Amino acid sequence: MSIISVRNLVVEYGGRRVLDGLNLEVEAGETMVLLGGSGAGKSTLLRNLLGLERPQSGSVVVKGVDITTCSPAELKRVRRSIGVSFQSAALFNSLTVEDNVALPLREHTSLAPSIIELDVWMKLAAVGLADCGKLYPQELSGGMRKRASVARALALDPEILVFDEPSAGLDPIVAAELDDLILFSKRVFQMTVVVVTHELASAFRIADRIAMLYNGTFLAVGSKDEIRASQNPHLRQFLDRVPDNIATTHVVESFFDKYLRSPEVTP
Amino acid sequence: MAKFVESVGRDTLKRLDYVGGLSIGLWDAVRALRTTLPLTGNRYRWKASIVQMLQIGVDAIPMVGLMAMCCGFILAMQGGSELRRYGAMSLVIDLVAIGFTREIGPLLAAIAVSGRSGSAISAEIGTMMVSEEIDTLKVMAIDPIEFVVAPKLLAALITIPCLTVVCNVFGIFAGWIFMFFSTHLGLKLYVHEVFDSLVLRDVVSGFIKSIAFAAIIVLVGCMEGFSVRGGPEAVGRSTTAAVVKSTFLVIVADMFFTAIFYFTGKH
Repeated sequence: MSIISVRNLVVEYGGRRVLDGLNLEVEAGETMVLLGGSGAGKSTLLRNLLGLERPQSGSVVVKGVDITTCSPAELKRVRRSIGVSFQSAALFNSLTVEDNVALPLREHTSLAPSIIELDVWMKLAAVGLADCGKLYPQELSGGMRKRASVARALALDPEILVFDEPSAGLDPIVAAELDDLILFSKRVFQMTVVVVTHELASAFRIADRIAMLYNGTFLAVGSKDEIRASQNPHLRQFLDRVPDNIATTHVVESFFDKYLRSPEVTP
Repeated sequence: MAKFVESVGRDTLKRLDYVGGLSIGLWDAVRALRTTLPLTGNRYRWKASIVQMLQIGVDAIPMVGLMAMCCGFILAMQGGSELRRYGAMSLVIDLVAIGFTREIGPLLAAIAVSGRSGSAISAEIGTMMVSEEIDTLKVMAIDPIEFVVAPKLLAALITIPCLTVVCNVFGIFAGWIFMFFSTHLGLKLYVHEVFDSLVLRDVVSGFIKSIAFAAIIVLVGCMEGFSVRGGPEAVGRSTTAAVVKSTFLVIVADMFFTAIFYFTGKH
């Protein structure tokens, strides 16, 4: 059964179509990786999945609620079942790590402070930061900040966990540790995981299914093996890491041609 | 000519749009105020409000006090130099007392807070926008107006009238220093004369003004912060805009309030 359904999603910025009629079903309990290059529309899709933007048309149904048309109260209710770890970690710099993790619990539950403290410690221990609760985000390394943001995303035991570029800016070892953490969290907390990334190694390690975005449309949606076997030229180019010839386009060639024929170069 | 009229119309609509936005923001923030109250609201918000009160109010006392002393002394000297010619030095007391309680006290406190805290509020929220912290609040189903704006508004609504009282006391005290050195007037008699010259309406009008100024400073700061898009440069621009716009709007509002009190008062 689908926990997230994206139907005919169209998003435009200033007349430019960024997402062009996307359809996607994310099944409960699976790890769906949204793969794509820079500018493919991954972050825009993610913002629409989280209800941070309203699309021009189409719908995003999360747990049976269309978050593009629902009331703010319904949107809040849906969001309580989603945990998000942003690309920049987005921890509150004025709060300690444990206060960051405790924030959703303090806001949405009436648990006693001692229970919240215990819950926070358990979440921090699960991400390997049990000793770092008293530190401020600026005292943590990039990888630790990402893990702290995962702990915060897990605070309310969400049904859906969303990661925006979890490996961005991390070295391969820390990135692999984070992949392990995603797999571990999914196994332990039994949730649906949606990961937005452009890192191939990470995508193929953690995904149950992969949806490949290109210029605002899905080139392919399928299992890891199906994606690997795809013969779509754009998908192959992405998987085989073949660069575009950006230096030999018509525009660049005509610019150099004009420059070489200018009086300063050839008097 | 048509272009000129067009541009004037466009700019007027833009300003009206801004004031409309402020009004909507004020309504949302006032509705969110109940969440910051000590007994009925969220205790963490109340704690955040106290922190804001210390930053907006208590930390500003030395600066506001010194500014008020300087202004009180200036007002007494300027008034004294003219009134001495007519043998009406005693009217300096009325001038300083009424001038401060009705006008200079609220205005000086508002301008000081606008420069100190209006800019800080805008920079804080702007940075939160850039670092995705506001998006994080939204996806955690926490209303940014309740979490960020309401504690600041409550703090300003309490502390700016208090700072106005501080301003009045220091300004009127500076008036006595001038009177002491120019006419050897004792403090007890001076205080008696001050209370004789003031009526309750003077104090109340000053309070009403300071409450309105508090709302303007916080809302403009927050609105400029929430409008930040891009990077650190945009945060800097929003900070400057917050100070300029809030100071301008405080003076405009002051004129309106003074006109209302003037036309509704006894002559």
